[in-house]
Amino acid sequence: MSEETSTDLGDLIEDSEPEAETSDVAPEPEPDPGVAVTINGRVHSARPGQLVIDACADAGAFVPHFCYHPRMSPVGMCRQCLVEVDGPRGPMMVVSCMTPVAEGQVVNTATPSVKRAQEGVLELLLANHPLDCPVCDKGGECPLQDQAFSHGPGESRYLEEKRHYEKPIPISDLVYLDRERCILCDRCTRFADEVAGDKLIHFISRGNDTQVMTFPDEPFASYFSGNTVQICPVGALTAKPYRFKARPWDLEQVESTCTTCSVGCRTVIQSSRDELLRYQGVDSEPVNWGWLCDRGRFGFESANSDQRLAVPLIQTDAGLEATSWSAAMSTATELFTEALNRSGPSGIAILGGARGTNEDAFAWARLADRLGVTRRDPQLADGLAAQILNRPRATIAEAAHAKTVILLGPDLKEELPVLFLRIRDAAEKRRSRILEFSPMETGMTRYAWRSERYEPGFAATAVRSSLADPEIASQIAAGDVVVVVGRQNLAESDAVTLAALDAIIAAAPAAKVLPVLRRGNVMGALQMGLAPRSAESEASQILHAAADGHIDLLVLLGADPLADCPDAELARRALAGARRVISVDTFLTSSTAHADLVLPAAAYGEKAGTTTNLEGRITPVTAKVTVHGTARPDWMVAVDLAARLDQDLGFNDLAGITAEIAATVEGCEELEALSAGRATGTGRDGILVSVVVPEISRASTEVTERISYDYRLVVSRKLYDNATNTQMAPSLAPLAPGPCITVNPMDLTRIGAEEGTQVKVIGARSATVLTLAASTAVPRGLAWVPFNQPGGAISEVIDLDTTVTDVRIERL
Amino acid sequence: MTDTPAYHVPGMVPTGPKLITGRFDQVDGFTYEGYVNTGGYTALRRALTEMTPAQVHDEVRTSEMQGRGGAGFPAGTKWGFLPAGVFPRYLVINGDESEPGTYKDRLLMERDPHQLIEGVLIAAYAIGAAQAFLYVRGEMALAQERLVLALKDAYANNLVGRNILGTDFSVDITLTWGAGAYIVGEETALIESLEGERGMPRLKPPYFPAAKGLYMQPTIVNNVETLANVPWIINHGGQEFHDIGAPTSTGMRIFAVSGHVNSPGVFEVPNGVTTFRMLFEAPEYCGGIRNGSSVKAFIPGGASAMWFFPEHLDMALDKPTVDQAGSMLGSGAIVVMDETTDMVAACWRIVRFFSRESCGKCTPCREGTTWLERILKRILDGHGRPEDLDTLLEVCESISPGIAWPPRQTTICPLGPSAVSPIASAVRKFRHEFEHYVQFGRPIEGVHQHAIHGSVAHV
Ligand SMILES: Cc1cc2nc3c(=O)[nH]c(=O)nc-3n(C[C@H](O)[C@H](O)[C@H](O)COP(=O)(O)O)c2cc1C
Ligand code: SF4
Ligand code: SF4
Ligand code: SF4
Ligand code: FES
Repeated sequence: MSEETSTDLGDLIEDSEPEAETSDVAPEPEPDPGVAVTINGRVHSARPGQLVIDACADAGAFVPHFCYHPRMSPVGMCRQCLVEVDGPRGPMMVVSCMTPVAEGQVVNTATPSVKRAQEGVLELLLANHPLDCPVCDKGGECPLQDQAFSHGPGESRYLEEKRHYEKPIPISDLVYLDRERCILCDRCTRFADEVAGDKLIHFISRGNDTQVMTFPDEPFASYFSGNTVQICPVGALTAKPYRFKARPWDLEQVESTCTTCSVGCRTVIQSSRDELLRYQGVDSEPVNWGWLCDRGRFGFESANSDQRLAVPLIQTDAGLEATSWSAAMSTATELFTEALNRSGPSGIAILGGARGTNEDAFAWARLADRLGVTRRDPQLADGLAAQILNRPRATIAEAAHAKTVILLGPDLKEELPVLFLRIRDAAEKRRSRILEFSPMETGMTRYAWRSERYEPGFAATAVRSSLADPEIASQIAAGDVVVVVGRQNLAESDAVTLAALDAIIAAAPAAKVLPVLRRGNVMGALQMGLAPRSAESEASQILHAAADGHIDLLVLLGADPLADCPDAELARRALAGARRVISVDTFLTSSTAHADLVLPAAAYGEKAGTTTNLEGRITPVTAKVTVHGTARPDWMVAVDLAARLDQDLGFNDLAGITAEIAATVEGCEELEALSAGRATGTGRDGILVSVVVPEISRASTEVTERISYDYRLVVSRKLYDNATNTQMAPSLAPLAPGPCITVNPMDLTRIGAEEGTQVKVIGARSATVLTLAASTAVPRGLAWVPFNQPGGAISEVIDLDTTVTDVRIERL
Repeated sequence: MTDTPAYHVPGMVPTGPKLITGRFDQVDGFTYEGYVNTGGYTALRRALTEMTPAQVHDEVRTSEMQGRGGAGFPAGTKWGFLPAGVFPRYLVINGDESEPGTYKDRLLMERDPHQLIEGVLIAAYAIGAAQAFLYVRGEMALAQERLVLALKDAYANNLVGRNILGTDFSVDITLTWGAGAYIVGEETALIESLEGERGMPRLKPPYFPAAKGLYMQPTIVNNVETLANVPWIINHGGQEFHDIGAPTSTGMRIFAVSGHVNSPGVFEVPNGVTTFRMLFEAPEYCGGIRNGSSVKAFIPGGASAMWFFPEHLDMALDKPTVDQAGSMLGSGAIVVMDETTDMVAACWRIVRFFSRESCGKCTPCREGTTWLERILKRILDGHGRPEDLDTLLEVCESISPGIAWPPRQTTICPLGPSAVSPIASAVRKFRHEFEHYVQFGRPIEGVHQHAIHGSVAHV
């Protein structure tokens, strides 16, 4: 089935207690002296401040519980975790989830009265429970089922009519709610409020009629809704993509890392009958605390899509036609040889690689080295410069514990959702103050201590004047600053971001930087050798060179410049101008359609390797199912190609690549051990490496003032967009909001059009038609358009060679 | 003041001064003029101009006045729990009175709103609160109307707000209405409700309101009647208050008597010395049991209390005495049931109240009270089973281990165990009535079935 051994990881997902640290203490706690507690007659050393329920678990005395979740504040609602604690007036029954340990405390978890109380609560929880386990998705992995068995009375005396509700009702596009099964533990509602900040579900009614419900006409449209399904202790919440797909005992699972974005959340991949069926979050202390975003959780659907490329395709007069791997590889070899013969290695360029594993990137980089190909860039002119990536890097934990977090990047909620949760938590728990610089409101604005607006192009000016504010200046002067920096606006040159960061660093020289990268393995691709080393190797220059006819062979490694490059016109000219194009991808994308040769690639879940997240943390990714069709991992294509081109890469299988990385890449010495433990989760927290990327100088920016009747464009990404792995996931595809142009409501009259009407958006180079929307989140004079939305093409009006993009908006 | 005020003679029906119900019969007692003309706001003036906050606190401490909201905790002691130096701190007045049979606070608010406001102002002065919240039960329209009027007049006369009576003491009082939930009378649920959340109790510990209450700041929650006594205490001194009633239950106290007595109503009686029998039988109080019948059972202190029976009639209305006998004076609501009462039905009515009013936060109460209610209803409907009685007690045991008094609880707040009291009382004492229902589907001879199964029963 898969090349990895499946292990039973059940306890990794459900409520595994976070190690050592709780959310309120610094990343590296002092070694604890320990609190002596007697649990069931045995003395146990507990952590100071630990809750009795956790201390009992550590001491091997499991206390049944439902509402308690180690990553959320205890509420003591279900009353299942009652234990006896000796007090001044004899043993007292207390809820262990809300009682902290104390020196000399005597706890009993199994006396007859505790057992009676626990059985009583369980009987009451089951009184109104429908007991439809045979048709319930949770059956087999259900805490209520399990604990009814282990701690319940065995039989119910309840003879009365049970509560009845309509079963189940959709509360969002992804989640169904069965109120009959709900035990009102407040986990989902607490998660929505406390963790996600999307207070869209709540209790309504009272007493026995209490229900979880959304507000009228407001669905539970949270980017994090899947977590509620995972933490629901019964089958009350089910996720549309998994409903009735499998029984838990049919699932096999391995631990892996989500590579949908660069946060790199830990997951388990679960499959049955060789089909990916579910991803669940795993609690990784440094990274995701058990949470996943819905895009990362449900995106695997695209790997199961029947539109996946199953065989190589070759361009013929009749268009792309299926061919065999051997024919395809011969063609690839010919295309390389031909290009090398025509103009040498400078005629070959490799774009992409940031969506693959480190091993994929390393194999391709080694092949490029051998052939002398220097034009390579894993980012598509939409990423960050080496000057930013090379700054002393913060970890997620450092960012989430810093005194000041400066946000100089896109909306984290849209781009790096779980990082958003971590930083939001830091702000909510009053650990950190957030100082946000943004052209418009973001999902983080309401948690920010200060949120400063600026007009695109003038970020550095805005930063300098804000930092002159005495209050801000003293906050920064207190030190412990982390700057979360990324491209806030794809219609603005990355030099603007760089200049703004320089202005911050001038005021806070010791600040660390956490880079915001959209694609999963940008860091790894850069470190493994795909980083550009000169200006002419950068994506924008590669595209220009291709457009000008200087590129004989363009290799796209999972790259789709037509969709992802901010300048669509340049990308289009480049693909047309490149003599030959080879694309290695999982799907036929707008760019692959132009290729001479398309090689089907293995997707995540199908291939093993490692990935490096935005912190520079390398974690293993694991294969769970057989590859789709005849698809191959990218590294295999490179190895095969090298052999055909008579190049010795020094390895010819995955283990060889891993060994070679360990031997040659700085900081990766432990990679083999890390990879060896991939399936069992021993590599969960990974290894941190410092990625150093060649720096290429950036021209200083020239920004013109906006002409008063123009609007300055802000183009940024939404979580759900036209990316293939979103659009090919049936549950996620409809969630992309679609293209529209949003202005401040006060600007509507100036445009003379109403919300919802079609308007013409005219740039210096070309124009496009979009739906007009209005929101106070956008300051006057600016216009915001989400990037790469289905049916929209704002990249048509963006010119990579200008610093900012101004447009006119006219009614049709 | 007099040496030993003897408000009552042993063996006689005790009477006493009207400390807080004096204006109940005064037509304009609720108006500003009516209040001021009868000595209103003199205590406030005295407290603010002649006494330090600590002195005010001392008087209340000396009075040993027990809180009138249910738990009977001495107000002066409670005020002393406020952590020193932590501000802002709040005073919250609990006017959510919703327990069946309890209607004393409503009358205090309707008929003498200024007295309450004066008490609130003095208490705020004593504890150093600059903001008080008066939370009034949503259904009490007249009380709300009169409080609004009274507060307006008080503001207009510089009795509330900034620099009260020209002193540098300032306090604002905010009126808030409930939305129809008995549980919001529980102090932490009330605090949640004030904060705009669902009215659900907080678990105590970790935090008690005096340390971390409203908005996690130190908060004193007092009952309406408790604070209504404060002006009198300041006017007459804590010692004189203490001299009334019994040393273990000081002052006068209002009891709201309902049920099968000839003249139900609220009576302000000397605390701790009056007996239940005197209260039920004396002509100046309830004037005897209706139709010349006799007492079968009575609830001494609100629907959540354990029931008492004829053998308890000569007990004094004294907190420690009643506590020791296995019940409580609680909210001062006494419900009398005569010989014609169907105990199964009475029990069901009370359990139904608690099951409907359960906030739903914790499992044993949410599920348990409803289960109890359904079993009782089934028995009443003639579908009882012999094992039902054991099941009733077993479910009670799951809510309140040991079914003891004072109750232990698996729940967050005492509402859950409240539903256990009537069952524990009735099943223990009148088991044969339940068994009769199970066997014959109807009550025993001589009790009024129709009163329960008629229109009232199914509202
Ligand atoms: C279920 C429940 C309901 C309560 N309802 C009321 C109420 O309606 N009015 C009230 O004053 N106290 C009520 N209490 C008591 C309050 O929690 C609190 O003890 C009281 O307001 C304190 O005031 P005191 O110290 O002046 O008595 C209730 C308690 C519980 C557990
Ligand atoms: S839906 Fe699930 S998580 Fe939410 S309250 Fe009900 S049982 Fe708990
Ligand atoms: S935040 Fe990124 S890494 Fe985490 S689950 Fe979402 S897409 Fe995956
Ligand atoms: S005992 Fe009842 S009223 Fe009190 S918190 Fe629990 S459910 Fe709510
Ligand atoms: S787990 Fe402690 S009360 Fe629910």
